[in-house]
Amino acid sequence: MAIILDHVSHIYEEGTAMEAAALKDVNLVIPDGQFIGLIGHTGSGKSTLVQHLNGLMKPTSGSIYYNGADIHTDGFDKKNLRSKVGLVFQYPEHQLFEIDVFKDVCFGPRNMGLEEKEVELRAYEALKQVGLEDEYFYQSPFDLSGGQKRRVAIAGVLAMKPEVLILDEPTAGLDPKGRDEILDQIALLRKKTGITVVLVSHSMEDVAKYVDRIVVMNQGCVMYDDEPGMVFRHYKELEQVGLAAPQVTYIMQELKKKGLDVDTDVITIEEARDGILKALKR
Amino acid sequence: MGIIEAKKLIFEYIRRDEEGNVEGITRAVDEVDLDIKQGDFVAVLGHNGSGKSTLAKHLNAILYPTEGTVWVDGKDTMDEEYLWDIRQTAGMVFQNPDNQIIGQVVEEDVGFGPENMGVPTKEIWERVEESLKAVGMYKYRKHSPNKLSGGQKQRVSIAGVIAMHPKCIILDEPTAMLDPNGRKEVIRAVRALNHAEGITVVLITHYMEEIIHADKAIVMDKGHIAMQGTPREIFSKVEKLKELRLDVPQVTLLAYELKKSGVNLPDGILTCEELIEALRL
Repeated sequence: MAIILDHVSHIYEEGTAMEAAALKDVNLVIPDGQFIGLIGHTGSGKSTLVQHLNGLMKPTSGSIYYNGADIHTDGFDKKNLRSKVGLVFQYPEHQLFEIDVFKDVCFGPRNMGLEEKEVELRAYEALKQVGLEDEYFYQSPFDLSGGQKRRVAIAGVLAMKPEVLILDEPTAGLDPKGRDEILDQIALLRKKTGITVVLVSHSMEDVAKYVDRIVVMNQGCVMYDDEPGMVFRHYKELEQVGLAAPQVTYIMQELKKKGLDVDTDVITIEEARDGILKALKR
Repeated sequence: MGIIEAKKLIFEYIRRDEEGNVEGITRAVDEVDLDIKQGDFVAVLGHNGSGKSTLAKHLNAILYPTEGTVWVDGKDTMDEEYLWDIRQTAGMVFQNPDNQIIGQVVEEDVGFGPENMGVPTKEIWERVEESLKAVGMYKYRKHSPNKLSGGQKQRVSIAGVIAMHPKCIILDEPTAMLDPNGRKEVIRAVRALNHAEGITVVLITHYMEEIIHADKAIVMDKGHIAMQGTPREIFSKVEKLKELRLDVPQVTLLAYELKKSGVNLPDGILTCEELIEALRL
């Protein structure tokens, strides 16, 4: 029971004519070790939600608990919370600033007040975790490719040894291979360390392939919260709120309409292939 | 001669270290030949760092060739005299809509381009109206751009370009930051411009399914053209694309996987309808 959101609302400019609710009565439990996909159209409240998870934003009503403690009570160690709940923003490579990769990754743990030896150990480990080769460690981060820069930025957060890793669209703008490499690396990291991962994404195909659970946001509310297969069953409702199911789900729907007896809950290419092969043999 | 033509286009830039000493030269575009006809829809694919954005920036004289020549509507982009003509002929839309919108009101933003060109006021308004209608954003003309969704903002950016009456529009990953609906809206608007208005489109993207309707696809790798052909020809080569760090649309990949498992299917299936037909359902 890593993080609990209890009736969390966030209303901008409450009590004025400009009043706008970004989050409305959100209740969520994020248990340890889960891989969660957070989806929703632009402006649905996803980014507001993730910024509440590490205390960057404060709910206008409701409470957030981290390991049982209310994060907005007096005396709660927010600095510690932010190293435990690591948030990787969109286009995190824009935040790289040091003269070499290794120094950049050291910044977070050094800021936590750790000893220099521990700082360097953690930086090394984190760079290994994101799959960056040693040869890049002393290069300027600005000379790296888009995918490599993004890994360095993710390593910068991992070096603080978070228990929860939140990634806000980590693959935006990357080529297909770069996309798969980053997500494969995160899946591997989670398998090895048991870290909790919250992945904010606009790619339904990516979400379908990697996560255990999907939370769909719409107009500041949680619309669905279930396993991927179950969520994508509501593809028509998802379309109405600017989302979609993975393309392969639509293909299966069409095949079924044409009389091929396939399971339409399929969300990955492999499942679809096996399903069609089975149906064709019948 | 096509609307955009390039002959042996080379672009090199000099890498420098912290002190400004030359470290080496990178060739970002390497002997590229292009011939894009008026009204074509051309897609440019390629992994990060393959040179596709650098190439695109040559098509409206943001960058100039180190060697070789680029002609836009017959005008050499190196010829300063034609700089504004070229930028007006070939308009550009970038990845992040928030970096491209300057007006406080949608219609003001769209009017900025033609106003800057010295178009008479009455005609500016006519152009704003037709451009917003062309991308399906006319009813938002009085709105503040800040309150629009990503896809809507990007369509306003596109309207701002077409209000300058370009013959060609170059879009550099216009959907990279958008949600699925936003992506669909933008691609639909771009296809409509190409179809109805006959505007030449050069679309750079990492989303393979966005280009299945293109007339031609170009795949860049290490600064040169690694593959070119119709989307069907390109997407028939699944393994080759994967080597180039790219992908194929999910339906193409599914058909490819089925074929590998022994189902008799042709290469390069691009749509669900084609798959259904090929499976004889």
